[in-house]
Amino acid sequence: MSAPVLDIRGLSVSLPKGADRPLAVEDVSFSVDAGELVCVVGESGSGKSVTAFTVMGLNPPRALRAVAGEVLLQGVDVLKQSTPAMRRLRGEKMAMIFQEPMTALNPVMKVGEQIGEMLEIHTGLGPAKRRARVLEAMRDVNLPEPASLYHSYPHQLSGGQRQRIMIAMALTLEPALLIADEPTTALDVTTQAQILALIKDIQRRHGMAVLFITHDFGVVAEIADRVAVMCNGRVVEQGPADRILTRPEDPYTQMLMAAVPSLTPPARLQPKPAPPALEVKGLNKIYGSSGWFGRGRRQVHAAQDVDLTVHPGETLGVVGESGSGKSTVARCVVRLVDPTSGTILIGGQDVARLNERRLRPRRRDIQIVFQDPYRSLNPRRTVGQSIIEGPMNFGMGAAKALANARELMEVVGLLPEALDRFPHQFSGGQRQRICIARALAMEPKVLIADEAVSALDVSVQAQVLDLLADVRARFDLAMLFITHDLRVAAQICDRIMVMRYGQVVEQGLTRDVFGNPHHDYTRALLDAAPGREMSFASAS
Amino acid sequence: MLRYILLRVGATVPVMAVVALFVFLMLRLTPGDPAAVIAGDYATSEDIARIREQLGLNEAIPYQFVTWIRLLLQGDLGTSIFTSLSVTTLISQRIEPTVMLALTTILFSVAVAVPLGAIAAWKAGSLIDRFVMLFSVAGFSVPVFVLGYVLIYVLSMKLNLLPVQGYRSPWQGIGPFLAHITLPTLTLSVIFIALIARMTRASAIEILQEDYVRTAHAKGQNEFTILTRHVLANAAVPIVTVIGIGIALLIGGVVVTESVYNIPGLGRLVLDAVLARDYPIIQGLILFLSFSYILINLLIDISYAFFDPRIRY
Repeated sequence: MSAPVLDIRGLSVSLPKGADRPLAVEDVSFSVDAGELVCVVGESGSGKSVTAFTVMGLNPPRALRAVAGEVLLQGVDVLKQSTPAMRRLRGEKMAMIFQEPMTALNPVMKVGEQIGEMLEIHTGLGPAKRRARVLEAMRDVNLPEPASLYHSYPHQLSGGQRQRIMIAMALTLEPALLIADEPTTALDVTTQAQILALIKDIQRRHGMAVLFITHDFGVVAEIADRVAVMCNGRVVEQGPADRILTRPEDPYTQMLMAAVPSLTPPARLQPKPAPPALEVKGLNKIYGSSGWFGRGRRQVHAAQDVDLTVHPGETLGVVGESGSGKSTVARCVVRLVDPTSGTILIGGQDVARLNERRLRPRRRDIQIVFQDPYRSLNPRRTVGQSIIEGPMNFGMGAAKALANARELMEVVGLLPEALDRFPHQFSGGQRQRICIARALAMEPKVLIADEAVSALDVSVQAQVLDLLADVRARFDLAMLFITHDLRVAAQICDRIMVMRYGQVVEQGLTRDVFGNPHHDYTRALLDAAPGREMSFASAS
Repeated sequence: MLRYILLRVGATVPVMAVVALFVFLMLRLTPGDPAAVIAGDYATSEDIARIREQLGLNEAIPYQFVTWIRLLLQGDLGTSIFTSLSVTTLISQRIEPTVMLALTTILFSVAVAVPLGAIAAWKAGSLIDRFVMLFSVAGFSVPVFVLGYVLIYVLSMKLNLLPVQGYRSPWQGIGPFLAHITLPTLTLSVIFIALIARMTRASAIEILQEDYVRTAHAKGQNEFTILTRHVLANAAVPIVTVIGIGIALLIGGVVVTESVYNIPGLGRLVLDAVLARDYPIIQGLILFLSFSYILINLLIDISYAFFDPRIRY
């Protein structure tokens, strides 16, 4: 067997002083052969991305320095290369695609020219030949009508198309190594399935070595030949994918895989019969009305005749891809945006048309937890201030509100003393717990979770899901759970509603929707879920 | 694109109308009799009556306004009280030096400030960066007239490199033109360089953190091209905006600079008219400068769509 394309031996990368540990990456060794796809799996802070960026030489030079080991790319140690030599290697011998195709492309440059830039840097080809090569590369990644897409700007393309542009760019010079840093994490599940298939296909055709960074064991099951699991900067386990996925040896790997929610819904208790806490009938939301100069403006029917009911103690999942209208429904129900038509009954009273003054007393009945715990807490206020602000707006005294807040901190599994700290002193999972406590402080009847666990690591995700299930039972909450993640939906929802282009295409008990989907789109979604053949941890 | 331009052009019409109304009312709403104010302390009542007649102040206000607007639309900005020349003529006589000074100042400032700001951002925290920032603070702090006289003293009087004062038209020869325009341009540019360099640095620092800059590095692109093609191309909108704001500042700066260097431009005309209380000239100049400013901002608005393909209204 020939030498591996990429051989990382005993690599250590230092963190700047004052970080939580001295080394971002410690004594990491693994290799990637030609024609092989190696997944590096880990949670945030595991050092998986730092490892990938070290190979590319893209770490900030002063903050993250390789202090030990070697990184051999076709036998050449990239750690010892001069800057110009590294520039030649990047693009020619190794290329990288990134997590966010939305931001990874220059917004003011035509996409064809951005691909062509690769040839401009590394080859002496003239403009006409460059263009021909770019079009060829665009065809290679199955982009439709390359000749017209060539002149598009990134914002005119969909997320999947942009990621194809990135892949085309990475592959123009046929590098020996492709590094993919969470390339499908920001994409919809059906797009993700297509991009994964494309990467796998191109890798086979070109015989490339691929280093694939991911946090998602579903993705690993889908494409990996070999797997390295990283935790706190170390590789805790590595081996062939089927061995790791079926018989993980390291406790951390076992824990990670057990945390992956199963696609098989657990048996659920029927909630006690009670009048619905939330009832939505014929909800419509149309964005973009015609204004003074708006004659040519496009209207978007973001929600179309949506009906739903949620009973106390019950969770209704709203599942769909981006643009399906699931978040619009949530925002209308909380009245963050005004619905165009329809009724929203909370505890029997219609709030769809109330003006702000009449709506105010009803606001506390319905609370929402958002996706990004890093941005949904005011960084200048202590978490205690954030939690008591709501109840105090409704006339509760500071002392009473604070006493309640202390209790709630315990409910969500945090120390009451932590109320005096600021949001940046907490981890993502802890912040999401704080957001839940903040919502609960209002004593709502309905809790909306808008992708509330999507930004969290799987192990943390499982804990927050448990917490949500726990508070729902404890406070008899009606929960509307908005998510794009079918695995999460399978585990927490009693009933599921599938949305597409603003319309509800299927609605039913979770077990029926997953076990016997009626609509083609539901079936397509389920088929696209990465690693669907893997059972992972059974629902417990 | 055409729709966008037409909308923008259309939007300037109400702005111009409001400006015209204000300029018109400025004279009429002055407390007391404007004719008496214009005529000064030693005027006889005949003088005052003559000025009232000349300015049409005896008519009803709405009638005055309609007449004034009608003349305005014909390009008639009124007649100077003391020189009896039309304001349009005065402006056309004085406009060339000011436009030339504005152009050289903007071109020189942008040519110096944008690279300076970009380098400061690229080497943020380094000695170069600190020097640029220090210069920038100093540039804001030194008054135009102080800087003007210092430059004259050093470059013209001590070193004898450049003429002290005056203006030569470029049509009479590019050499004398450059010799005369250099000092005023330097003087006026300092504050712009400070302003534009700061803005360039701030936006470039932000853009250097963007994912697409990382993509460019991953392609193996060199630092210079990354800085120009990927960073500055994306920083263009804020930089152009600050240039637009700068042009408003320029109008104030021109008055002082033209006085210091004895340049017969619009700035001097403003000063002379104010000292002589020649209201029609002041009024005409304010209107002319406001409209120029609106037009420049219109051009800047339209240039946004050129610099950033995402901007489409």
